[in-house]
Amino acid sequence: MKQERFEKQNREIWLEFDEQLTSTSAKALSVEDVKKRARVPWLYRRVCSDYAMAKYRHYSPTLVAQLHDLALRGHQSLYTKRVHWLSWIHNFCAVDFPQTLRRHIGFFWLACALLVGPALALGIMCHERSDLIYSVIDHRNVASYEYMYDPENPKIGREEERAGSTSTKMFGYYISNNIGIGFRIFASGILFGIGTVFFLFYNGIFMGAVAGHLTRLQYGETFWSFVSGHSAFELTAIVISGMAGLMLAHAVFSPGNYRRSHALQRVGREAITLVIGAGLMLTLAAFVEAYWSPTSLVSNQVKYVVGGCLWLLVVSYFSLAGRAAAASRISSEANHGN
Amino acid sequence: MVTLDTIRPFETPEGVELELRIAGPVPRSAAWLIDLLIRLVVLFVAYLAFIPFAQFGEGIWFLGFFLIEWLYPVLFEVYKGQTPGKRALGLLVIHDNGTPISWPSSLLRNLLRFADIFPGCYGVGLVALLCNSDFKRLGDLAAGTLVIYKDDDVTRLPIPEHEPKTPPISFDYPTQRAILDYAERHERLSGDRSIELAGLLEEMTGKVGQENVEEVLGYANWLVADR
Repeated sequence: MKQERFEKQNREIWLEFDEQLTSTSAKALSVEDVKKRARVPWLYRRVCSDYAMAKYRHYSPTLVAQLHDLALRGHQSLYTKRVHWLSWIHNFCAVDFPQTLRRHIGFFWLACALLVGPALALGIMCHERSDLIYSVIDHRNVASYEYMYDPENPKIGREEERAGSTSTKMFGYYISNNIGIGFRIFASGILFGIGTVFFLFYNGIFMGAVAGHLTRLQYGETFWSFVSGHSAFELTAIVISGMAGLMLAHAVFSPGNYRRSHALQRVGREAITLVIGAGLMLTLAAFVEAYWSPTSLVSNQVKYVVGGCLWLLVVSYFSLAGRAAAASRISSEANHGN
Repeated sequence: MVTLDTIRPFETPEGVELELRIAGPVPRSAAWLIDLLIRLVVLFVAYLAFIPFAQFGEGIWFLGFFLIEWLYPVLFEVYKGQTPGKRALGLLVIHDNGTPISWPSSLLRNLLRFADIFPGCYGVGLVALLCNSDFKRLGDLAAGTLVIYKDDDVTRLPIPEHEPKTPPISFDYPTQRAILDYAERHERLSGDRSIELAGLLEEMTGKVGQENVEEVLGYANWLVADR
């Protein structure tokens, strides 16, 4: 068939498909429009076959390019996942996030050990020996931490709090600083896990040293009541970021039966789920740390109780959420198999 | 036919092969630099704008800093397919199966930028990019994404109308394609260039100059004409 006749025969189809791809307004479709929409998959297959035909018959380059463009746009439009953001968030929080964490619980405990191990060791050592903290943190920072949590001061919290700053400033600071740390812990995992291990270790040492030192100085009351509120979200989220980084490292070190790039891609999907979850938790932690932790309206006992409840909440969320969905999916898959 | 180029073909479920043109490190760096400039300017302007609001303003500025540091490329890639810098260079980010980029993939490839930049000037990213055929840095490898050239809107160029002439021999496919390509671009070529290109077929047509051009256009018309 000559090119001219081919074009004449099919032009209408191409134009209709082009029009359907261009008109993006998904709202308020009339019955007529819906009927036209229903033709899109059929039109797409037609355009694909026309493109293949035009290429095979060596029609003119711009005709082939035009059909290629139509087919590519059709492919992109038809094979896009469309999920309503509300249902995505619901599925993420109720099923995806806790399930992904449980599926890779080994990495969680490993990351946990890398953070908590050095923290405990340094905590105990700094509690016993007064000068040890100066070999971990420089003296000016130590002084500022001592000043911040001195029970003599009316307001506690990080130093900036002292200058009469508003909580919103601290909220912004915590978001930018803490989520940034979580992201870095994760991302550096792809470099053979060196970065992740380093950041977890470093943060553990730092936390432990400060906690042990302040407790030794009898500043424990102000320090522990301040951190009790947000610690559940913040520490867990940092461990989860580390866990996601370790998963990347594992894919690079031991890709199993896959190519390294393929193994990375498989694990990347799950790792990013964990990182998104960790980011959300750190946002919550920033709220608590900025608006609740420094408050002097409630007694320390109340803060401890609230902190304990939040820990209980986090633990039960990760151990229980999404189990029913997992069970029903497994059973439906089993039925499918039968 | 094996070609040495940056076209990456992929097959759709319908069994046709579509082609993506992969972008290399140079245009991508240029796009990144443009984005960096935009980000710095926005941060600076925001800094000036929020100073009057003291502590509250500082808090908002920190939030903005976080968004611009980490989420600027993600927001643009998901909603537009390209950041302003990539737009300036005509680049587009998509999944390697040809579909538009999703939230998790974009977030993954942009968070891993932190590793790709290491130890400075995208050292790791550049090495990774040169070690695979799709110019993927680590973030692209993990997220399964590609940076491609966005094709301009394809405009059909009409073949100038001429009396169809039956060619003296039957053309092979590359020649046929070359003649059609020439005819379509004829209007855009200068007169001299047009004559020069058609001159390649002088031996076959036995004509020269403008007459030769018309002869070749006649062949092109014969190739497409429905008679």
